[in-house]
Amino acid sequence: MKSPSSFKDFSRPGSPLAHIEVAEQIPLPPPFDTVDEEPGMRPLSEQAREKYEVLDDTIAVSLPKPQSKEEEERLVGQFLSGLKKCFSADDNWTFLQPLMMSVEHCAKCQTCSDACHIFQESGDNLLYRPAYRSEIIRRIYFKYVKKASTAVHGDIELNWTTVSRLIELAYRCNLCRRCAQTCPIGVDNALLAREIRKIASQEMGIAAREIHQDGSVLQLKAGSSTGMTPVVVKDNIEFIDEDTAERVGFEVTTPWDVKGADILLIHNAGEIMAWPENPGAFAVLFEAAGLSWTLSSEIAAYDAINYGVWYDDVQFARVAIKHAEAARRLGVKRIVLGECGHAHKALTVIADKVLTGDLNIPRESSMTVLLDIVRSGKVTFDPSRNDFPITLHDPCNMVRLMGIVTPQREVLKAITPPGRFREMADHGVNNYCCGGGSGFAIMSGHNFSDWRHHLPGRRKFRQILDAFQGEEMDVEHPKYVCAPCSNCKGQIRDILAYYDAWEKAGIYYGGLVELMVNAMVDAQPGFIDWEWR
Amino acid sequence: MAVLPYLLVYLGVVVFVVAVAARFVMWSRMPMHVRWELYPVAHEGGGRASYGGSYLEIPQWWTARREVSLWGELSAMVPEMVFLVALKEHNRRLWTRSFPFHFGLYLVAACTALLVFAGLLQAVAPQLVSGVVGRVLGVVIPVSGVAGLVLGLVGAVGLLHRRLSTPELRLFSVPADFVNLLLFVGVFGVALVTFLWVDRDFALVSAFVANLVTLKLVALPAEGAAAVLPALSAVLLAGLTAYIPLTHMSHFVGKYFAYHAIRWNDEPNLQGGDQEGTIQELLGRPVSWAAPHIKGDGTRTWADVATEDTTK
Repeated sequence: MKSPSSFKDFSRPGSPLAHIEVAEQIPLPPPFDTVDEEPGMRPLSEQAREKYEVLDDTIAVSLPKPQSKEEEERLVGQFLSGLKKCFSADDNWTFLQPLMMSVEHCAKCQTCSDACHIFQESGDNLLYRPAYRSEIIRRIYFKYVKKASTAVHGDIELNWTTVSRLIELAYRCNLCRRCAQTCPIGVDNALLAREIRKIASQEMGIAAREIHQDGSVLQLKAGSSTGMTPVVVKDNIEFIDEDTAERVGFEVTTPWDVKGADILLIHNAGEIMAWPENPGAFAVLFEAAGLSWTLSSEIAAYDAINYGVWYDDVQFARVAIKHAEAARRLGVKRIVLGECGHAHKALTVIADKVLTGDLNIPRESSMTVLLDIVRSGKVTFDPSRNDFPITLHDPCNMVRLMGIVTPQREVLKAITPPGRFREMADHGVNNYCCGGGSGFAIMSGHNFSDWRHHLPGRRKFRQILDAFQGEEMDVEHPKYVCAPCSNCKGQIRDILAYYDAWEKAGIYYGGLVELMVNAMVDAQPGFIDWEWR
Repeated sequence: MAVLPYLLVYLGVVVFVVAVAARFVMWSRMPMHVRWELYPVAHEGGGRASYGGSYLEIPQWWTARREVSLWGELSAMVPEMVFLVALKEHNRRLWTRSFPFHFGLYLVAACTALLVFAGLLQAVAPQLVSGVVGRVLGVVIPVSGVAGLVLGLVGAVGLLHRRLSTPELRLFSVPADFVNLLLFVGVFGVALVTFLWVDRDFALVSAFVANLVTLKLVALPAEGAAAVLPALSAVLLAGLTAYIPLTHMSHFVGKYFAYHAIRWNDEPNLQGGDQEGTIQELLGRPVSWAAPHIKGDGTRTWADVATEDTTK
């Protein structure tokens, strides 16, 4: 293992600061507890190393190396300019107070470190210590913005190496805020990571391609980060309705653009592309419960994603307003978010301080709507159809950051036989991130997905394996990881595939609504087909 | 010359009050920020705080009456302030040093408050001081003072040792971190020496504080070390008191906002509610972010950039 040993190392040009040896990582639980069962981490290509700034074993942002000293100085100047704007009540009213709190009051006690899954799975590598990144930005602020004493606030050299590494390092945090939960003073390392991403994006125009150019920019232009236009999404949903009808044995029709409907349902469009059974199951349940609902075919309003929450306040506000405008035009009474954690937090909690007047339409989690359906008795469930081991992943955005803990558990209790559901350790608001949080789930450039599986995702895989210990670990005995969040589901899919956990241990994954329809008495049995996708 | 220590203590108190007030005003005048709460939120009612739940668990939550529990908030806040519960739970080794340090500070503060109270009492109702109240104060003041100084000293030395001996703490430490702890060691040490050497019953320091609160700026009725040390202790403690809010140790002010304005701030912005006007004002503020997808020029507002046509 290679690790930086000081803050000076961070500013010193040269080879990557950290390297993780897979063989030195803490072993996983059985049946993945031998090094032979561990896929290796692909090295970065020589071409990538030559072309881009490299921090560690991977690259998230692909920052090209500047061609001249002047370009370096210009970029450093932009960074400093952005940092100053972060402390402006005009440019950063959105986060000024939380930012100041985290900059002013850290006691450097390192209590946060043990809460961080990435730091722990790295074998306590200093580079991934949550306070390391925070301390660097703090030192830059005090030395170069406040012109304060380095004897009081610490020293750091500001050069392009520091800036480029710091931007990359901001993309080594899942923004899950588990560390903030443990801070005795209220310092939030995740917030600081997000602010660094924000400086890069909002001032320098630098962001991970997957979340900016192929993410929020595409969503605002074409309607969805998947690239689906309104015409294409309607076609796809029509196909999904047909497919779902075949599976459940009765007709399913998804309503579009129904003015005056009670609910505007917004899915993460990734579901439509990658897991069509999820929007299909929503349609089955909402229709069976007799809900008044609709989807919207307006630009951006058929895709609940809002990647701005991870890196850019302006992009965030633009998407949130698009969602609200679509709801206003339809005249719906409420917006319901499908199974997507960050979309929940974006539109319900963060946009709470953006939307006013007739755009301030109530937003609700699908978890509570699904619970309402169960409680209403309008849909009958046969729990014996879900007679297999089930565990639940708590999406950070929905649980730790919104406090939606019990509705999904109540639903699971109603649709599973006694003894089949087991909690992960830790769970609820103390859960661990899936490893895909903050955009990682959709980022796979260079060898980033390998890094994602070996560091951020490893704790979740460990938790999943622990939850199923005592069960037969083979494909003949299927087990289900319920992840009611599209990004989490994508990450869990990727990590299960990476370790071949379906073939080797019979571990499958999916959302909550799929389990509900699987147990629905009026539907044909076998909605969950146990076919690995 | 006898006046100087009194003036320095007054100055220390004034600096402390002004610095704390300035901090409080700074935090409270910051603009409304987006919601950034973190669960559990202690004031959440309906039994939901116990597992970290929120009102967002209620179907159509905006139609339900909000249940906010002051008791829930107090039952989380008070143990956190007094016993540093978060540190105890998540960093037990540091807590064994940090808790005595902080609790020692609380006791020293309590002792100081009692000294002020006794001084005022002596001035306005001296008959009470010669009765039961005086006898109780005569016990509680030295006990709280000595216990506070000992705990504070032990805690400060413990924190210093841990900061020096733990590689990850040492790496993150700057000279000021060591200076701060050494200041506590020095100031508390002088006060303890004063107690052990010349003022076992706290009579001299009581007299000094009584003079302070009644504006009788006269020399203490003692000679040699007994005349110097109590005043020196008071001056050093006042200096330390003034210094704390000028440093990151002002987290005792910030922590209130960290919890109430950020971590537990789950107040929803309901349609037509009080918050909408403030949000409109904030959306009308200028943006100068320079990235190509924003092109903030300092004149366009948040509302302008957030609603511009992005389809082209």
